Amino acid sequence: MPNQSLRVLTPDGRPPEEQPRWRQDFPIDTADDNYVARRDFTKFMVLISASFVAGQGWIALKTLTARKNGNGEGSARAIAKVGELAVGQTAVFTYPGEHDTCLLVRSAENEFLAYGNKCSHLSCAVIPDVKAGKLNCPCHHGVFDLATGRPLAGPPRRPLSRVLLEVRDGTVYATGVEERTV
Amino acid sequence: MSRDGTPEASGAGPLRRRAVRERLGPVVYGILSIVLILAFMQLWLLVATMNAYLGGDHVVAWPALGASIICLLLNLGLLRYLYRLEWQQ
Repeated sequence: MPNQSLRVLTPDGRPPEEQPRWRQDFPIDTADDNYVARRDFTKFMVLISASFVAGQGWIALKTLTARKNGNGEGSARAIAKVGELAVGQTAVFTYPGEHDTCLLVRSAENEFLAYGNKCSHLSCAVIPDVKAGKLNCPCHHGVFDLATGRPLAGPPRRPLSRVLLEVRDGTVYATGVEERTV
Repeated sequence: MSRDGTPEASGAGPLRRRAVRERLGPVVYGILSIVLILAFMQLWLLVATMNAYLGGDHVVAWPALGASIICLLLNLGLLRYLYRLEWQQ
């Protein structure tokens, strides 16, 4: 004997005896089900929102440790003799840590450039092409301008970190690292 | 109380519950839309902050955290409002 509530709750409004057998065995209130699904999805999105706050908190805490470690100007370290590099030649060195590889480029007689060797996209090592005036990332075909370190093509959006240089008494010194957003 | 947290103390059964939930249908859609917009704003904020941090700009991290917390509080408030509406019905 069909009851009134089941008649109303059928999704297409037809009486229960006209419903398929599976629906008679397992009657589901579609509107009720939709409501609970939307409410639970809202709850899930609030959880996602909380995870974004956790991510922001992690970045904020990282800035504290980054300040302790120091940014920008660092201790000066000799990285090459001026006579060791001909114009157009490059050399790899590490600065400021032993795992922070950098590229030194002698772009003109009296001009040295140095950049962090990690692509700003996914940290692959960039390869200098001095004749073309570019630094190429082989992983995803990112291209950086040799003169400025800014991205020219490909997925990278941030420039390479620039190593500050000083030339004294025929020696090139690295004096700091400048991270940049543009 | 039913399994999904809805009070059924009145004894009106599924018909009453269905009527309540039909009334709350547009409300839950509206709240879900606002929560989604706020969550996407937080995602954008997180990506922008990460980009700034990796670029050496550390000034924005704390204000961005504050903005993200405000978005979370709004989201929590909206969710609480939805549950309260459901209980009041």
